[in-house]
Amino acid sequence: MANRISDDTIEYVGILAKLELTPQEKERAKKDMGEMLDYIDKLNELDVSGVEPMSHVFPVNNVFREDIPTDNDGSKDALFNAPSVKNGGFEVPKTIG
Amino acid sequence: MSKEYETVIGLEVHVELATKTKIFCSCSTAFGGAINAHTCPVCTGMPGSLPVLNKQVVEYAMAVGLATNCEITRYCKFDRKNYFYPDNPQNYQISQLYLPICRNGGIEIETEKGGKKTVGIHEIHMEEDAGKLVHDEDGDVSVVDFNRSGVPLIEIVSEPDMRSPEEVIAYLDKLRLMIQYLGASDCKLQEGSMRADVNLSVREAGAKEFGTRTEMKNLNSFRAIARAIENETNRQIDLIESGEKVIQETRRWDDSKAYSYAMRSKEDAQDYRYFPDPDLVPVSISDEWIESVRAKQPELPTEKLARYQSEYGLPEYDAQILTGTKKFADIFEAATEICKKPKKVSNWLMVETIRLLKENAMDAEDIRFSPGNLAKLIDLTDNGTVNSTVAKEVFEAVFKEDIDPEKYVEEKGLKTVHDAGALRETVETVMKNNPKSVEDYKNGKEKAIGFLVGQTMKAMKGKANPEMVNEILKKLLSK
Ligand SMILES: [Zn+2]
Repeated sequence: MANRISDDTIEYVGILAKLELTPQEKERAKKDMGEMLDYIDKLNELDVSGVEPMSHVFPVNNVFREDIPTDNDGSKDALFNAPSVKNGGFEVPKTIG
Repeated sequence: MSKEYETVIGLEVHVELATKTKIFCSCSTAFGGAINAHTCPVCTGMPGSLPVLNKQVVEYAMAVGLATNCEITRYCKFDRKNYFYPDNPQNYQISQLYLPICRNGGIEIETEKGGKKTVGIHEIHMEEDAGKLVHDEDGDVSVVDFNRSGVPLIEIVSEPDMRSPEEVIAYLDKLRLMIQYLGASDCKLQEGSMRADVNLSVREAGAKEFGTRTEMKNLNSFRAIARAIENETNRQIDLIESGEKVIQETRRWDDSKAYSYAMRSKEDAQDYRYFPDPDLVPVSISDEWIESVRAKQPELPTEKLARYQSEYGLPEYDAQILTGTKKFADIFEAATEICKKPKKVSNWLMVETIRLLKENAMDAEDIRFSPGNLAKLIDLTDNGTVNSTVAKEVFEAVFKEDIDPEKYVEEKGLKTVHDAGALRETVETVMKNNPKSVEDYKNGKEKAIGFLVGQTMKAMKGKANPEMVNEILKKLLSK
């Protein structure tokens, strides 16, 4: 494995992903991520000079919708699987931005 | 303060677009729906749902880009901005980082010293709004309403070209007016359909390098923006003067306390890991499409200002007030179209309308009367049906309840009395009851006639033709 993931990196990625990992899980994740980066590095072996960067896998552009509302009340469906509902909304821990 | 400092300001302005539906689904953007009524699997981030772009969003973004002299990106696409927050159901916001739809524009503003300067526009990109967190008063929870989730926004990012609160306000004012004229948004700061984040740094006057900047959020009025800029400028200068460093951070402005505080802790590292959204295909914009949007552009404020002066012969000041809000310009043009008396329409708007707006603490946007009723009132005044005093009274009713002035004048019996016989009778009574004034006038105190005219008008309940009253009085007094 050419790529080594540091403890700091795995800690940081954990924070971004909102994951709390045990020491064993961290070691496993470090190994997995290193292998992924090794795999990606394989692409660097190719000479892509002069090749346009690809922005999408399908050769399709301009898929649009007209600006016409479909006005059904979506609240019942939206809340159907909500773990907790209050006053018609999703209840979450107190969050102040 | 021993040294001279310069404030360097750039703005990120979010504008909610006036589409009927959301950016990636057909849910309504209407205000006032029941909580979570305007939602579907797309705008609540359900797995497996597929966003489809609203064409009108692209057209509004292009319209604003063209009006602000931007280049339109012929091949643009959407990216995911990743972060966790309860108002963001997908755990990413669909936005544009790499290829925003508009770039390299600018608008001209007037500076406080009377000069002009161009504020550059770095880019304009399209993105979706988040849901709304409602904080429960009694409990220890928040409640999420996704009605606003997926409402289309454009973010207009300026270059750091502004140097004072006055320049910032001038820029925002110009931008807002332009977007309102385009019909792309109503741009109401208080209601959040226009939001401005201020990026600010200070540096010693003449320095080449920028200082470290902070970003200020939660600015809900022009006044709050001006105050926050002053406060943040002083805070940064104090830090520098006392040998401390300005930290690059996002701060939240509390206008009631005139104070800002840092918003994010280390746990919320700002690392959005943008990547192209694979659910959305790129947007390819042809010359024809750009031209068709350009052809639909309405007349913008600067063009209107020039035309009002040349076509209607209005003074620059009046033209500025009339084009200063879309509502005024709309009423002015519609009423002028009907009565063909631009100067009189302008006068009613500039004097009585502005007075009543002030008295009622209203904005021009709150005006409810129809241009047709204003035009009718002008005609009634012009053909002598009502005199100017009565016209003001009728206008108040037009302003308040948009009444039909013709019917109103008829019903209330407000028509001016032109009947010379009736006027003469009243004048004679007034003269009889005010012998002292008659005496004064005859002894050379010409001002006394004003009092007698007033008394006659009062006796006629304001409905007399004042010129006729004057004439009859003079005739009788000289006898
Ligand atoms: Zn939806």
